[in-house]
Amino acid sequence: MTREIVLEVEDLTVSFPTEDGLVRAVRGVSYTLRRGEVLGIVGESGSGKSVTSMAVMGLLPGSAKVGGSVRFRGQELVGAPDKELRTIRGGRIAMVFQDPMTSLNPVYPVGDQIAEAVRAHNDVSAAAARERAIELLAIMQIPRPRERARDYPHEFSGGMRQRVVIATAMANDPDVIIADEPTTALDVTVQAQVLRALETARAATDAAMVLITHDLGVVAGTADRVLVMYAGRPVELGDVDSIYYEPRMPYTLGLIGSLPRLDDARRGERLVPITGSPPSLLDLPPGCPFGPRCPMRQEVCESAEPELLAASAPDHLAACHFSADLEGRRPEDVFALTSADHPGGAR
Amino acid sequence: MNGSPLLSVRDLVKHYPVRGKGLSRRTAGQVHAVCGVSFDLHRGETLGLVGESGCGKSTTGRAVLNLQPPTSGHVVFDGLDLGTVGAAEMRRLRQRMQIVFQDPYASLDPRMTVSDAVAEPLRIHDTYRQEGPDRVRELLATVGLNPEHGNRYPHEFSGGQRQRVGIARALAMRPELIVLDEPVSALDVSIQAGVVNLLEDLQEQLGLAYLFVAHDLSVVRHIAHRVAVMYLGRIVEVGDTDELFDRPAHPYTQALISAIPLPDPRLERVRARERIVIGGDVPNPAAPPSGCRFRTRCPKFTRLTEAERTVCVEQPPDLAERGHGHPVACHYAEAAAG
Repeated sequence: MTREIVLEVEDLTVSFPTEDGLVRAVRGVSYTLRRGEVLGIVGESGSGKSVTSMAVMGLLPGSAKVGGSVRFRGQELVGAPDKELRTIRGGRIAMVFQDPMTSLNPVYPVGDQIAEAVRAHNDVSAAAARERAIELLAIMQIPRPRERARDYPHEFSGGMRQRVVIATAMANDPDVIIADEPTTALDVTVQAQVLRALETARAATDAAMVLITHDLGVVAGTADRVLVMYAGRPVELGDVDSIYYEPRMPYTLGLIGSLPRLDDARRGERLVPITGSPPSLLDLPPGCPFGPRCPMRQEVCESAEPELLAASAPDHLAACHFSADLEGRRPEDVFALTSADHPGGAR
Repeated sequence: MNGSPLLSVRDLVKHYPVRGKGLSRRTAGQVHAVCGVSFDLHRGETLGLVGESGCGKSTTGRAVLNLQPPTSGHVVFDGLDLGTVGAAEMRRLRQRMQIVFQDPYASLDPRMTVSDAVAEPLRIHDTYRQEGPDRVRELLATVGLNPEHGNRYPHEFSGGQRQRVGIARALAMRPELIVLDEPVSALDVSIQAGVVNLLEDLQEQLGLAYLFVAHDLSVVRHIAHRVAVMYLGRIVEVGDTDELFDRPAHPYTQALISAIPLPDPRLERVRARERIVIGGDVPNPAAPPSGCRFRTRCPKFTRLTEAERTVCVEQPPDLAERGHGHPVACHYAEAAAG
C-alpha cells in the first residue's frame, strides 16, 4: 500500500560562509517521506544530518545559503516567507530536539507551554487549550497530569521533560515529526521510555517521522528506511534491512563493523575500526569524500565523486564506484583489524 | 584467577556534603555517592563498572586512585592500604596506577605540544633525563600515532587521536593498573573501535589491569572479563562477563540489558515487544530509599506480596551468592535469559 507523500526533499544544499571560506555542510540530500513512515538519518558528528533537518524546518540563521527544494504536501518551503512557514512549523511539521531543557522555557509551567503551542495553531479558548495540554501529558504517561501541568521544567526529570516536549510536538496533530537526537543525552532506561513515547506520539497522529541519530541500535528498532550521511552527502539510502544486512557503501559496512555487540553475535572477535577521520568541510577532496579512509579506493575515487545509484535493489541506493564489489562481504574482509590510527603505523 | 589481587577494594564509602543555601553554609545533608562497594581486580584483568548517571561508578574509580579520598573503607593496592601510606609512598605508588579521562578535549593542555604532554609524567617522576625523547617517540608509536607528529598541538588532532595521547601519558610510567573513566564515550563509533582495539592490545602486551568505568554496556561486554553493575552507590550484581549478560539475575541488570537497542533490525523487532521499560528516574542520592534502593523502580517489586515487599522496604539486600553462580543483591533474584 503506497500512502500519500507528505515531505519531498530534493537536492538540498546548505553552506555557511565563514572567515576561512565556505563550509559546505549539506551537499545534495534527496528523500521522500510517506505518511506513517519512519526515516532514520544516521551519521557521525559533522555529517550534516542535523543541518539537513534544520533546513527543512527553515530554522537556519539568515547567513546560511540554502539551495534545492523542500516540498511539504506540494507546498515549497525553501525561500517561503516566514509568515507562511510559521503556520507549518510546530503545526504541520513538529520538531523534538536533543536537549529538552533548551526547548522548554524555564519560567513558565509546562502546561502553559503546551497550551501555547495548541493556541498558536488553533482558534480555541485558553481553557480548552489547557484541557488539551493535560490530555497530552496523560498520553505521554506523566503521572497526575492535572497537577504536574502547573509544575516548571526544572521540577521534572530529564526523561519526563523530553516527554513534555513530545507532548508539545503532537499537540497539533502534525503530519511530520522531526526528532533530532531525541535520546542522546539520556541513560538507557530513560531512552527506552522516550522511544516508547515517540512511537506513541507517531501512532496517535499517524505522522511521518524523521529520526536523526548516531546510534545504529536506535535506528534498527525504529526506522522503516535509513539514510546514511557522510561529509554532508547522502551515501546510502534504503529500507532498514538492506542497510544493515547488505550495505553497499564501504562507510556503512565500516560503521556496522566498528560496533561492539551486546548480544553474542560477535563474541571474541576484534572490532573493525575505520582509520583516519572525516574530512574538513572547508576544503573537500575532489573525489569520494570517504576515499582517504577507504581500503577499497582506486584511482577513480580520487577524481570523481560517486553518484547515489541503485545498488542491491531499485530502492536501495549507494554512492560508491565499487558498490557491486561489496556483495556478500563482511566488514573484516574489507577493513584491516588494526589498532593504529594511521595507515601503516607502528603498533 | 590465581594469586592475590592487584587491587582490593573493601566497603568503600564516599559521601559528599550538601551545603545549605543560607549564609552559614552549614552542611544540610550528605550525598551518598558510593555506599559500601567491594571488589577485587587481578593483574591482566579488566573489570567493567557499569551503571547510569549518578550511580557512583566514576567516584569509585577516583577513590581507588586516592584522587578523592574515601569517607571510609579500604583500598589495598598490591598489599598496601592506600589509607595508611604516607605522602612520599603515595607518590611512588601513583606511578603504578594511572587514569584516562573521558573528554580528550579537556584533559590535554592546549598550549603544550603532544610530545611535551607525554613527557610531563617522565619529568615529574624524574626519569626524563635517562629515558628522554626516545621514550616519548616510543610511547606515541605504541598508541598508534605517528611519532613525527609529536611537535603538534592537541587542536591539530582528532578526538580519537587525542584520546590516544591521553593513553600514552598514562602508559609513560609503566603502570600496572589503569582506571579508564568512560574512555570512548566522547568518540564517534568508527573512531571508538580503534581505541578499544588499542586498549586490548596494550593489555595483552603489557599485562595491564583495567578498571573500565562506562555506561555503554556493549563496549563493556566486548572488553571486560568481569562486570559489576552499580545502582545508586551500590553494586547490585557482579560476575564473569558472559555469565552476567547471558543470565542476569538482578531485576535492574535485566532491565538495563533489555533497554539497549541492538544494531540488528530483525532481532530488534522481536526485542522491542519484550522490552522491560522501567518507569521513573534514579532517586535523589541525598535521600536514597530505605531497604533495597532499586525498589521504587523495580518491575518485580510490583508483583510481590505485601509480606515480601516488607522485606525489600526494610532490609537492604546483601551482595551474596544466591544460587545463580555469581553474587547478586536482590532478595528475590531470579535468573533470566539476557
